[in-house]
Amino acid sequence: MRYLEPDRRHRVRVCINGSSAEGDAEPRTLLSDFLRHELGLTGTHVGCEHGVCGACTVLLDGRPARSCLLYAVQVHGRTLTTVEGLAAGGELTGLQQALARHHAVQCGFCTPGILMSLTCLLEQEPGAGEERVREALSGHICRCTGYEALVRAALDALDGTD
Amino acid sequence: MKPASFAYARPDTLDEALELLAQHGAEARVLAGGQSLAAMLNMRLVQPRVLVDISGLARLDTIDADETTVTVGASVTQAAVLRWPGLAVQPLLAAALPCVGHPQTRERGTVCGSLAHGDPSAELPLVLAVLGGEVVLQKRGRRRRVAASRFQRGVMLTDIGEDELVTSALFPVRRGPLGTAFREVSPRHGDFAILAVAAVADPAGVTVGFGGIADTPLVRRLGHLEADALADALNAIAWEAGGDSDMHAPASYRRRLVRRLGAATIREACDALPRA
Repeated sequence: MRYLEPDRRHRVRVCINGSSAEGDAEPRTLLSDFLRHELGLTGTHVGCEHGVCGACTVLLDGRPARSCLLYAVQVHGRTLTTVEGLAAGGELTGLQQALARHHAVQCGFCTPGILMSLTCLLEQEPGAGEERVREALSGHICRCTGYEALVRAALDALDGTD
Repeated sequence: MKPASFAYARPDTLDEALELLAQHGAEARVLAGGQSLAAMLNMRLVQPRVLVDISGLARLDTIDADETTVTVGASVTQAAVLRWPGLAVQPLLAAALPCVGHPQTRERGTVCGSLAHGDPSAELPLVLAVLGGEVVLQKRGRRRRVAASRFQRGVMLTDIGEDELVTSALFPVRRGPLGTAFREVSPRHGDFAILAVAAVADPAGVTVGFGGIADTPLVRRLGHLEADALADALNAIAWEAGGDSDMHAPASYRRRLVRRLGAATIREACDALPRA
């Protein structure tokens, strides 16, 4: 059994964006704070901190998860992908290019989380239609775009996957 | 919005988890998917001294089905149930799950965690209540089964003892011709329902349940009624439940939904009932 004392920092090792990384975290440290403050990956944005807004969504073992509803100690030994992992070689992914083409980014605060949810959808369900795209987006709050450009961009990117 | 301090325990076996609960009692909280609990911790609505993370217990991460029951273990996520190839035997659960949170929260959130949380407008407690299901509770040296109707006692209040763990939920599989339907009205798809309705029709009548209008799921058995008689029956249920007003809707709107959404859901379930 792993038992981690409160008020002390414990070593957390993860595989993130294809590399191994480690840092220290108290049991109560949110994964979102661990990513930003400990690993310096500030692409993951923090909005509501109670799972509603979706800005902090990352991929945990390939599936979307709210990083504000996870504690860093929970993901010890697991595999994470954050928005920094998408254009790792410097070239934007097809999805990122589609968002740019359709003007689906305005203030950009919600964008990292939305990219992670849609990246998973594209990988898991390349045949997904508008209904599935809207369902994936329902877990994110965007106060700029009105979502239409996001839906168009996602469908465009899905078209490009077949 | 950061949680107060706690210790984190990740037991390797069910016995270790039960031992931790026996030792810490009310000062421990069980963490499975954390999609309700972590939000409450972050807002400091709960401040346990120990979190017992059961998400790694392989024994609780199973879905079993036999002739009579679908058994969902305590660390099975809602997304895993949705992806389970056998889900068609449990059509009401299949219809309700897409309304439980968002795809992102269903990947982490568990079926049993939602039941243990006991939110009065949550979909899964309503489904379990309408199906007449049970919850399995375990503590050191003792295991018991509690009917859904006795499990949830009030708003976020359940029959779980402070040293007990929900180990699984039992969703009965009914034989014979059935029609099922699930509908809800919420501010945004995936949000908590203003009103949720679940109905199971069989040749003798309809079992209908409402979430979001009373402290616990409200389940009633009705015969196959003509339109006027059904309207009267739903009106009686609406006034019996009463409902509360909050920022999302006044009580009168909830009562109207019992009548309108209730009738539409019952109709859909009856239409889906294969004719003899």
